[in-house]
Parts: sequence; structure tokens; C-alpha cells
Amino acid sequence: MIISWPILAQFFTALFCLFFWARRDIQRILSLVGSFAALASAIGLLLQVQEAGIQVMQLGNWPSFAGIVLVADLFSAIMVLITAFMGLMIALYAISDIESGQEAFGYHALYHFMLLGVTGSFLTGDLFNLFVWFEIMLVSSFVLLSLQGNRPQIEGGMKYVILNMLASLTFLSAIGLLFSVTGTVNMADIARQLEVVAPQYPTLIIALAMMFTLAFGMKSAVFPLFGWLPASYHTPPTAVTTIFGALLTKVGVYAMIRVYTLIFNQLDTLNYTLTALLLISAFTMVVGVFGAVSQFGFRRLLSFHIISQIGYLIMGLAVFTVASIAGTIFFMVHVILAKAALFLVSGIVKQLTGTNDLKQLGGFYNNNMALSMLFFIPAMALAGIPPLSGFWAKFAIIKAALESGSYWIVGVGLFVSMLTLYSMVKIWTYVFMRARPEAYDKPLEPMAVNDRWLRWTPTILIGGLTVLMGIYAGPLMALSTEAAEQLMAPAQYIGVVLGGAG
Amino acid sequence: MANHHTSSNRLWILGLIPLAFAAYFFLQLEGVASGQFLQFSIPWVPDLNVNFSIYIDGLSLLMSLLVLGIGGLILIYASGYMAGNAKIGRFFFILIFFMIAMLGVVVSDNIFLLFIFWELTSISSFLLIGFSHESEKSQKSAQQALIVTGLGGLALMAGLIMLGYIGGSWELSELLAQGQFLDGHPAFPAVITLIFLGAFTKSAQFPFHFWLPNAMAAPTPVSAYLHSATMVKAGVYLLARLYPIFGGSDTWFFTLVIIGGITGMLGGWLAWQQKDLKRIMAYTTISALGILVFLLGVGQKIGTEAAVLFLFVHSLYKGALFMIAGSVDHETGTRDVTILGGLRGKMPLTMVAVTLATLSMAGVPPLVGFVGKEVIYEATVENVDYRVWLTAVAFVMNFFNVAAAAAILYMPFIRSQPADTQLELDHTHEAPWTMWIGPLSLGILATLSFFFVGSELFSGQLIQGATEAVYGKPAEIKLYALPPALTIVPILSIFTIVGGIIFFAVQGRLIKAARAADAAVSRFGPESGYFAGFDGLLAGAASITLFVQNGKLRRYVLYVVVSFILFVGLPLFLNFGALSWRLSPPPLLYELIVSAVIILATLMVTFARSRLAAVAALGVVGYGIAILFLYFNAPDLAMTQFSVETFTVILFVLVLYRLPAFKAITSPAGRLRDVIIAVLAGGFMAMLVLLVTAVPQSQHVIDYYAQSSYPLAKGQNVVNVILVDFRGFDTLVEISVLGVAAVGVYALIRRGVIRGLSRGERGES
Repeated sequence: MIISWPILAQFFTALFCLFFWARRDIQRILSLVGSFAALASAIGLLLQVQEAGIQVMQLGNWPSFAGIVLVADLFSAIMVLITAFMGLMIALYAISDIESGQEAFGYHALYHFMLLGVTGSFLTGDLFNLFVWFEIMLVSSFVLLSLQGNRPQIEGGMKYVILNMLASLTFLSAIGLLFSVTGTVNMADIARQLEVVAPQYPTLIIALAMMFTLAFGMKSAVFPLFGWLPASYHTPPTAVTTIFGALLTKVGVYAMIRVYTLIFNQLDTLNYTLTALLLISAFTMVVGVFGAVSQFGFRRLLSFHIISQIGYLIMGLAVFTVASIAGTIFFMVHVILAKAALFLVSGIVKQLTGTNDLKQLGGFYNNNMALSMLFFIPAMALAGIPPLSGFWAKFAIIKAALESGSYWIVGVGLFVSMLTLYSMVKIWTYVFMRARPEAYDKPLEPMAVNDRWLRWTPTILIGGLTVLMGIYAGPLMALSTEAAEQLMAPAQYIGVVLGGAG
Repeated sequence: MANHHTSSNRLWILGLIPLAFAAYFFLQLEGVASGQFLQFSIPWVPDLNVNFSIYIDGLSLLMSLLVLGIGGLILIYASGYMAGNAKIGRFFFILIFFMIAMLGVVVSDNIFLLFIFWELTSISSFLLIGFSHESEKSQKSAQQALIVTGLGGLALMAGLIMLGYIGGSWELSELLAQGQFLDGHPAFPAVITLIFLGAFTKSAQFPFHFWLPNAMAAPTPVSAYLHSATMVKAGVYLLARLYPIFGGSDTWFFTLVIIGGITGMLGGWLAWQQKDLKRIMAYTTISALGILVFLLGVGQKIGTEAAVLFLFVHSLYKGALFMIAGSVDHETGTRDVTILGGLRGKMPLTMVAVTLATLSMAGVPPLVGFVGKEVIYEATVENVDYRVWLTAVAFVMNFFNVAAAAAILYMPFIRSQPADTQLELDHTHEAPWTMWIGPLSLGILATLSFFFVGSELFSGQLIQGATEAVYGKPAEIKLYALPPALTIVPILSIFTIVGGIIFFAVQGRLIKAARAADAAVSRFGPESGYFAGFDGLLAGAASITLFVQNGKLRRYVLYVVVSFILFVGLPLFLNFGALSWRLSPPPLLYELIVSAVIILATLMVTFARSRLAAVAALGVVGYGIAILFLYFNAPDLAMTQFSVETFTVILFVLVLYRLPAFKAITSPAGRLRDVIIAVLAGGFMAMLVLLVTAVPQSQHVIDYYAQSSYPLAKGQNVVNVILVDFRGFDTLVEISVLGVAAVGVYALIRRGVIRGLSRGERGES
């Protein structure tokens, strides 16, 4: 079944990398080949889902509610595809970016274990299985984060691991409590049970929904639970920051979208939970962007932006219409690309200058036009400037919110969008427009030819996609809308997973 | 730059392309004026109602002609002005990019397509203002312009979405056909405010006008093109475009007349005090934009006609004047009017151009500016209710324009150079042909327009077509080069010119006092407000960030627990009365004992004075839980728990002596806060557990496991079967988790401890 291929590709790549522990050259090739296989199977999966509808695989052939099921609807398939694509791109970049010291301690295996966790999270139809995927994601990301073992990494890693363990604890408790109510951990089955239970016990179900929100909120770094993210994301090598920034928080958002559209979608509870989500999104957007405009570290600034953009995603979820969810899906893919492109540029800047401190940088508009454009385009995409990807993403969510009458959140969203633009202009001014301050004006580090193409290829491809996504926004938005329609009409999902009789 | 001559490059050829397009558009004039609008549409993002749809009526055509015609001349001009600049290629690229975007704004039918192009003009303006990118002034000005217009752009986006949503269409042509459909709608004030914000910021209306003079940091071709002739007119264009929907309402009339009037008068007042040629022109541009908005506010047939005509007039003379300012700067090295003089003989062709342009600006025949001014006065005089006020405002605005025009013509060109300046102008000569052809063409066009003002082509097609598009109804336009009868209007015109010239003659005596007054007022002006507001926002953002992200793990953990109370506790608290509880059977004695032990041990952890005691107490908690597992028939779980607890304590004791000293770092107040938070969180969690047990649990999965475990999976221990068969996949992944953790521990030990924790950069805090 093609649905398991993206998982198997990552799993066996990781495993084989462990087998060749001492052979870095083989690991590199394995990593690229495995990533490529994952990408190919992800494309196959998306095509299959488009062609034949929601795909289900019952592991061990047990009935869905008793065993574990893998489920791929359009939303899952899109997320798996973007994961596999980013996986391949960063695998390429990493060859230049990751020191041999880290490769010697299993970097490539850890990388694919992490991608395995991400991919699995997108494909599982089982709540407890989702927890297990979160675990492997957490452990492998923690090790990747602290693999160089220097002080800031250990310090950031501690915060990262402890706060994420708290999230796991919350998640696990919530699963337990929900199991006690529904007697099952299969998501479709839970949904079916809650159709009966939720109207009888609305407050209890609201509290449980909010507990999942808390757990996934920590994972996706919403206000005020994001402390771990800015504490740690600027410490590892660029490749690691990039893949983290692109994917990890999005898994949390994915999970939130999944449980709200599939499980906690009863009118009795949505009134409360969606208002809560709207508030969370507002605070997350504002506090995140406030953090961003206050930073003078290239990567720290971008890290705070992750938080702010998560707020936008939650806003799209909270508006809870087909149009807003479609906007959220589009936004998610866009922000993965745009943010990754910017992180990769920050990595190139760091390699050329040895620093990520805005105050010590400058001069690139003068001496490196290509790099300037490579920053400027995704930066403008992130700020929502048309016709790049970010414009459509922002526009879709704002439009959906206005049409559903959520006026105040639109005001907040637009204000945040303004500050986002400002913060991008800030980087542009410091790193590119102005001349490099004399005190720091030393010649750029030379870049080997190999390094150059390993770093520039993914950066150009990812950055270029923010342009293509803008131009081809029509078909992509249509795909997002189709995915959103599936999410907002969960009967189909439940039917496919549990079978007609159930 | 004085005497700096590089042979003109061939980039001027690029200017012929927009001119050719302009010629093509010109040929469409007759058809469009007779109602055969140009239309084209393909879907772009249908799910968001965005089509790539073009619709060219009289107004769009007039704007397109200005964008392309002046654009072509500007490109030719820029090839001379920027000659020798190493980044001339980049410059042309952005300028042409802008031209396309601006053209897009004025021909879009779909309101979102219009908005997309609108934003692109802001971005290209940002890049062009910041073209001299290493100058701090350019950086600041570019950023300011982007933020002010960007803010307006976001408001506009919201306004357009609401407009289209209420109107049920996203195409301007369809919306406009519905006329004043928003009148009386509850969202009317919101929509009109948002759209006004977009238009006012873009067209530099008070109180957003301050970015425009600062935008003069851009190279002069940019000032001439974007910040005078075209881009800043986008706001005016938008207002004109939407006149059929909003025009006629009181909100429209009063807002535009007042804001336009203030902008027009303020711009004029500030213009005459400037020394820098470009700044004089920047402020008169603000003034002109104010006049345009004012005229659209006055509205009706005559008001829209006056606006359309003045839009045309202003683009011609102001485009020319900015190019001339650039030429003067290029040839003399300065734009300071107080030290310039005597250029009439040195730059004869430029002299002709500047004469024509300033005369048009002052509204003197035989230039089309004269007709423009006549129609402005006609519009104000025709208003029945506010005739005197409107005419007075128009008079003040025009009057300052005359004074400024006089200054531009007289000081650098007509008078001899003041004796006491250091500036040496002996070798100054005419600018290269690329730089005088543009202003001269525009000047000649302004003259020709005067002589053919009554022609079918000019008034019947160009102006009437545009006016009808704005007004939304058929409008017969008749323009006269010279007034057919002696009414109040030509008398006002004469007064304006004479008054303006007298004012110019005496202004030298007023200038000191005026500047002092401005300096005093400007501390409370909008630009000060912008800086105070923006700096305040950034400072606030920084302090909020420092508070939220203070680098301390325990603060972050606190946030998590508080969030638990807010997220999970609050709904329970709010609906406390409606919760359904189930009274569980009274606890058995052993349950009570074990629970008491667990609770006591937990309290011990919090009161412990050493790490060892805390660890030991935690071990007791774990053992207590393991015993509970035993009671609930889960011996394998209990065994696991016992081993984990034991190993944890042993491991901990092993590393204990390596840890730093145990210190109490919280204050008593802080501890009290923590106690309250902990008790609340624990209480809500307990409540949740109790509530959950009140719900009858569906048994279908549990029953299935119990029934199928042996027959299907051949295992008698259901838990084992679940772990290795029913849910074996979980176990597989969990094993991988352990493997990864092992790799991590190995790496941390080898790299972290041995290779030294001291290496590395500063941490988070």
C-alpha cells in the first residue's frame, strides 16, 4: 500500500544509516537516496488520494478500532509531500552545513528518524499512535539540537526537552481521559462516539478539547507556551534549524486542525473552543511578531516569526469555514517554504561572514545581488506581498475571516502583517542595504565550489517555489479547498476508516 | 555632479517601448470615448475570486496614457541622468517593473488584481527610494514610505474585500454598475473608512503627507515619475474610480473636501518656504493631490470634470518640473534656489521648458493649466451650499501654487546669480538631449492642449470619456481656451495670479517667521506622531518580549501550568453548575492509605531541603503508584514502575555530587504564588478525572481485545497481545525512540562532556 511508503522510506533510511555508523560517505548517499524515495512515494500518495479518495491501511489487518490505522486524506498527503520535499532539500544542504563531528554521531540517522516522526504524525489515524510519533520526533530532534554539545545548545536543549516533555505529559493524560469517555483511541471511532457523548456532556468535552489544545499548543509554540522555541532554535547548525522551523511546529498545528475538524467538531463545544482559539491566535500573532521586531540576531528574528505565523494558522482554524481552513492549508505550505528559504539564506550569510548578528552585517546588496534577491523574494513572500505565496495565504485567511464576520481578529492580523513587513525590512536594511560597519568589515570567507552548489541549489529551489506558488495559486488554492472540504465533512473520513457498518 | 558628463548610453531606446504603447492606447481613444471599452479576462485564483481581468474605460485610458507617455519620457531622461552610475541596470529594471505595476493599477477590473498591482507599486517605490542604499537617509525614508503606504494598503485590502462581498461581485465594472448600493448599509462607515485610509496614505493626504517629501531621497527620475506624476495619483484614481459608489454621500463630501482642503493648503503653505527645488515641488505635489481629492469631494459633473482635467494638467507640468530640477542638479551640482541664478542663458532649452511648465502651474494662458484653474473655480462656484467656503479654499491652494511657480521660474533661471555665493556656474551648460527632451515635450503638450482644448479629441473624447467614467453618467463636456463670458471665474483667476506674484515678491520678509512657526507646530505634527508612535511600539514590543521570554526555564514551566488552569480549568469553572458528577463508591481502606502516602510524599518533595530527600520522596510517590497498579490487576505495569523508580533513584544518587549546590531561589511571595497555581492546576486535573468517570465508557474495543486475544492472536495475556500484536506498530516505534535516545546519550557523553561545555557562544539569556 502506497500510504506506508513515505514512512518506510524514512524508517529504512534511518536504519541503514545506523548500520553504516562509521561510513559518513555511505550515509550521505543513503540520506539522499532515501529522501528521494520518500519524495517519490509522497508524490505517488498525493496522486493516489486525488484519484481514489481517502486511503486507509489497517496495520496487522485488525479492524480499524482495534488495531492501528494509517489514513491519508488530501490534507495528510499534502503535508507528507511538503515534508518529503523539505527533507530532500535539507538533506542536500546538510552535506555542506553539517560538520563531520556531527555526522560521526549519527546525524543522518537522527535526521531521518525525525522525518519519520513527522511523516508518521501526518499519516496516522490513531491518537495514541500520534503520541508515539511525537515521541520519536521529540527525542530525535532533541539529540539533533544538542549534537555539537556546546553550551548554548545544551542550555537551549534543556528548555526544549523539558517543555516538550510537559507537552507529551499533557497529551498523554488527555488521551487517557478521552479514552475513558469513548473507550477507543482511533480518531474516527472517537469522533463517532462523541457524536453521542458531546451533546450530553458539553462542558467536559470542552475541557478535554482544551487539554488537547494545550498539548498541541505547546508543540506548535503558541502564546504563552512557546518559551522553548526561541530558546533553542538559533543554536544548532542552519540545516537543523531550518528543518525544525519548517516542520516541527506545523505538526502541532496539523494535529490541532485534525482533532478540531474530526473529533471536537460538535456545535455544543465549538462555540467555546473556537473563541478560545481565536484569542490564542491573536496573542500568538502579536507577541510573536513583537519578539521578532525586537531581535538583532538573524535566526532569532526568524524564530520569533515562526511563532507569529503559527498565530495566523490558528486564526484560520478558529474561523472554521471551508475557506478559512483552505487558507490555513495553503498558508502552512507557504510558510514552510518561505521560512526555510530565509533560514537557508541566514546560513549562507553566516558561512560567508561568520556571524548572524545584524549589527555586524551589511553590504550584500552591493556585492552579492543573487543572494540579495534570494533573501528579498521569500522575505516579501513572508510579509504577504503579492503576487508571492504569502499574499494568497494571508489574503485567503483574511477574506474568510471577514466573510464570517470576525472583524477584530482581522484587525489584529493586519497589524501583525505590518510589523512582519517591518521586520523583514529591518533585516533587509541591516544585512543588505547598508554598507558593512567598518569595525566588522573583513573579507568574506571563501566558499568551496561544492559548498556553493550544495547550499545554493536548495535555497534557490525553495525560494523559487514561493514565486511559483504565487503564480500558480489558482490550482493550489483549489487543491487546498478540496482538502478543506474533506476536513469539514468528516463523515467521509469516518466512513472510510470504520467501514460502512462500523 | 557638476560638469560630470558621460556619453549618453543607449538605454534611452527602452523609453520608446512605453511611448509606442501610449500611441497604441491613443488610437483607442475614439472607440473608448464612444463606449467601446477594452475588456479581457482570464481566471487566476477562482477560489478567492481573483481574475486577471482588464477593463479600460475613459478614466483608465487617460491614466494609462499618462503612465506610459510620461513613463517613456522618464526612461529617456533617466538614461541621461543616471549615465555613469554602475547600478543603472538595476535602476531601469525596478523602474520598468513599477511602470507595469502602475499600468496594472489603472486597467484592472478585478478589485483584488488592482490591489495586487497597488502593492507592487509600493514595493517598487520602496526599492527606488532606497536606491542609494548605503545612505541612512534613503533607508529611513524608504522604510517610512513603505510603512505608511503599506498600512494603508492593508486597510484597503480589508475594505475591498468587504466592498466586494457586500456588492456580490469582485469586478469593478459590475460593482460600479450597481451605483450607490452601499448607502444605508451598516458596514458603509467601515468600508469607506478603510478605503479612504488606503487612498489617503498612497496619495499623501494629511495627516499621512509627511512621507512624500522624504521620498525625495530617491533619484530625481523616480521623484518625477512615481512621487509626482503617477504613483501618488493611485489614491486619487481609486477615489475617482469609486465615485459612483460612494460619491454623493455626506461622508464622502465632507471627508474629502476637508482632508483635501487641508492637504492642499498645507502643501502650498510649506512649499514656498523651501530652499531645495525638489522639496518645493514635493510640497506643491502634496498640494495638488489635496486639490484633486478636494475636487472629487465637491463632486457632481463639474467637480469630477475639474478633477480629471487638473489630473492631466498637473501630471504634465509637474513631471516636467521635476525633470528640470534634476537637470539643474545634474549640471550645477545643487538644487538650492537661494544660491542658483542666471541659468536662462546657460540652459536655453531647459529654460523654454521651465517657462511653459511653470506658466501652466500658475494657470497662465496660453497653457492648459489656465483652463484647469478656470474649471476648478467653476466647480466651487457652482456648489450652492458651500460656495464661499469652497471657493476660498480653492483660492488659497491656487494662490500658493502661483507663488511656488514664480519661485521655480525666477530664482534659478531668470534672475542673475546672487553675488555672495560660493557656487561657480561659469562652465554650466545645457543638459544632454535625453534630459531636455522630456520636459520640453511635456511643456509643448501643455501648450498644444490649450490651443486644442475645445477640440473633439481633447474635451470631447479624452476629458469627457474620463469624466463620464468617474461621474458614472453621460456628461457633455465643453471646454474653452479663453472664457466665453466675463463671470466671477476669470476674475478669480486674475486675482490668483496677481496675488500669487505679489506674495512671491514679499515672501522673503516672511520666510523666517514662517519657518519658526512651522518648527514650533511640527513638534505636534503627524510626522512627530509617526515617530513617537512607531518608536513607542518598538519599545513596547521589546519590553513585552523581555518579560515573556526572560530566559528562565521555571518561568516557562509556570506559563504552562497557568495555561492549564486557563485552558482546561476555566471552562469547568464557568459551567460548574452544569457538570454531572458520579458519586463513586466509598474508597476502600487500602486505597485511602496508599493515597495518603502518595500525597504526603508529594508534600515532602516540595518541602525538602536537600536534593537527596526530594529524590527519595519522589521514589515513594512512584512506589505508591506502583502499588495502586498492583491493586488494579496490572502486575506487569507495577513491575515496570518499580524498576523505573528504583533505577531513577540509584542513577540520581550517582550524579548527585556533581550537581551545583541546592539553593532556594524563590521569594516567599513567589512560593505562595506557586502554591496557589499548583493547587489550582492539580484540583482541576482531579476534577477532570472525576468527571470523566461519570461518563459511561463504550466497551467495544475492550470487549474485542478480550474476545479476540486468544482465538485470533494466540495470546492469553491481553496486555501483551495489545503490545506486540494489536498495537505492535506503536511498540516498533517506541523501540526506535529508545534507540535514538541511546544514540543521543552516547553523543552527549562523548561530545558534550569530554569535548567541553565551555566552548561556544552566548546562550539565550
